[in-house]
Amino acid sequence: MITRREMLQVSAATAALATGAGGLSRAFAQQRLTQDDLTRFDALGNVTLLHVTDIHGQLMPVHFREPSVNLGVGEARGLPPHVTGADFLQRFGIPAKSAAAYAMTDQDFTALAATYGKIGGLDRLATVVRQVRAERDGKVLLLDGGDTWQGSLGANSSRGQDMVDCMALLKPDAMTGHWEFTYGEARMQELIKSLDYPFLALNIRDTEWNEPVFDAVKMVEKGGVKIAVLGQAFPYTPVANPRWMMPKWSFGIREEEVRAQVDKARKSGAQLVVLLSHNGFDVDRKLASRVDGIDVILTGHTHDALPEVVTVGKTLLIASGSHGKFVSRLDLDVQDGAVKGYRYKLIPLFADVIKPDAAMAAAIAKARAPYAKELSRVVGHADSLLYRRGNFNGTFDDLICAALLKERDAEIALSPGFRWGTSVLPGAPITVEDIHNATAITYPQVYRLPMTGERLKEVLEDVADNLFNPDPYYQQGGDMVRCGGLGYSIDVSKPIGQRISGMTHLKTGKAIDGAREYAVAGWASVNEGTQGPNIWDVVERHVAAEKTVRLTPNASVKISGI
Amino acid sequence: MRHLSRRAALALGAGSAAITLVGWSKSASATPQAAAADIAKFTAGATPEQGKISIELPEIAENGNTVPLSISVDAPMTSNDYVSDVLVVAEGNPNPGVGTFHFTPLSGKAEASTRIRLASTQNIVVVAKTSSGKFYTAQKLVKVTIGGCGG
Repeated sequence: MITRREMLQVSAATAALATGAGGLSRAFAQQRLTQDDLTRFDALGNVTLLHVTDIHGQLMPVHFREPSVNLGVGEARGLPPHVTGADFLQRFGIPAKSAAAYAMTDQDFTALAATYGKIGGLDRLATVVRQVRAERDGKVLLLDGGDTWQGSLGANSSRGQDMVDCMALLKPDAMTGHWEFTYGEARMQELIKSLDYPFLALNIRDTEWNEPVFDAVKMVEKGGVKIAVLGQAFPYTPVANPRWMMPKWSFGIREEEVRAQVDKARKSGAQLVVLLSHNGFDVDRKLASRVDGIDVILTGHTHDALPEVVTVGKTLLIASGSHGKFVSRLDLDVQDGAVKGYRYKLIPLFADVIKPDAAMAAAIAKARAPYAKELSRVVGHADSLLYRRGNFNGTFDDLICAALLKERDAEIALSPGFRWGTSVLPGAPITVEDIHNATAITYPQVYRLPMTGERLKEVLEDVADNLFNPDPYYQQGGDMVRCGGLGYSIDVSKPIGQRISGMTHLKTGKAIDGAREYAVAGWASVNEGTQGPNIWDVVERHVAAEKTVRLTPNASVKISGI
Repeated sequence: MRHLSRRAALALGAGSAAITLVGWSKSASATPQAAAADIAKFTAGATPEQGKISIELPEIAENGNTVPLSISVDAPMTSNDYVSDVLVVAEGNPNPGVGTFHFTPLSGKAEASTRIRLASTQNIVVVAKTSSGKFYTAQKLVKVTIGGCGG
């Protein structure tokens, strides 16, 4: 095993490029940062894993601000990935205002975005994948953790086709998924049939006969090592998303099944067992502590970008971020069925630094062509940073909630705490693409219905428990539901039913009355047959009416018990 | 096998055990105390030991109206050492009794699967009785959520 010190030297390669100030010109920053710096890697061993996950329909480079609040509870309290901002920089030895600080944290985001530009793009990813494959001929596995086919106007309009077509050029070795399922069972099967690589999901059974629906494992040999890649789809897809879209499929963590598949893989000669997972980081951390024999878990779902490997016993956990910002490279020295050494780097795909791959750039242009005019249509302007990611509030969600309240004449708005959704810089136009990057789902209807104060409390408690249950196996959801017109206090350390207090109707300043009915507007209902306009149209109307959008910091949620 | 009705046989997921389903006519007293009373009746007051039982249930139910449940008890199932009865109770249901599975050495394994209905988030408690009069127990929490807001 290499030492922690060595590993830090590798993972902090980009950190060494600190410019010392956020005010550098973009041209100067670009000169300081080179493709070689970003991809430099002291190769090790006989296998290289490349991992991408949670791209969320983003073919092009993006601005994506990482969370400022990402609380861990129970045993995960204070542990990565539940470390943000300045604490993150300190923990991983990353200089403030450096390229790495910009890529991995929320710190100085707006200023650093001007310096370092956008990150990601499948064409930049293609360049790095090609380079690593050339360098490590016959040793490379490229694995896609899923949430790839959803999250943009193009992905939603083509029902995943644009992403499938472009990802095909990367020739991944396997994938798993989550939001992919929201295109429905028939479309899923259709797209999967068209892939040259397997869609793995050991944890899905049909509801009728309890039989496996997808392949559990892909056995492959790389660098002379027999490798088993097991796939685990998001266990709570039919709970967090509409079950009616996948009525014949039953999910779940299925720890026993994971254990059985690992044992089976080992018995059939696998020297390296990799779990390609969409469980979420804390679930995988618990799983690693309870199931023996998994060498590597490539985590996903929770969108964490970590510059170091997290180890649980002998298992290595990798967190590769989201929205196409990063690709992870993990080199492994596998001898006699065991990992003898490893080296890791989370590679940020700075779009101005990495040369786009021509074939992929052409494929992206072709995929976007049918929507190009609509995507670039300017609806309004942002006067403050719009972002979503974080446990409680995002300014983009505040904007959505304001749109719901006004356009649907509601007293209270509820907006789902999705972890996906790109950022818009202050001063930048808000385009149709930006709005869809925050709203593109297959169940976009905006409902308006009366809910009692008591029912609202139940909803908040329920969602809070999905995020803050101390046992990660009972955490179902994304971040906390976003509220408009409603303030509350939350003690994250309390059990369900006792976390939420002080619910206030912000317009009147009065306490929420449990017995009274409030007019509530929201979107992304998991109930079949929800009626209403599409969320992106509601937001567009609001932004067009406002012309310039300015969101002040939201102080309506008071957090304690951290 | 004892107590095998046509209805019970139909309710079985696995073929080797019989189940006694609890009727729906009891009063709706939804309390862990009622569940504890059912268990005490089953064990004749004895305190069961933890262990021997593996319960397969989702951590979070996809549909509270039909939650898949599988139980297996680690037992030799020989004529002088076997699991004879397995009680299942749902602590938070209006009627906590789910049913009792009955086994004989001829069952081969003390395993059964069925689907149960859960009114809300609650513990499912399983108690196994052996031919020598020992009791074992295990439990698992199943969350029934409003859903939505995922990821």
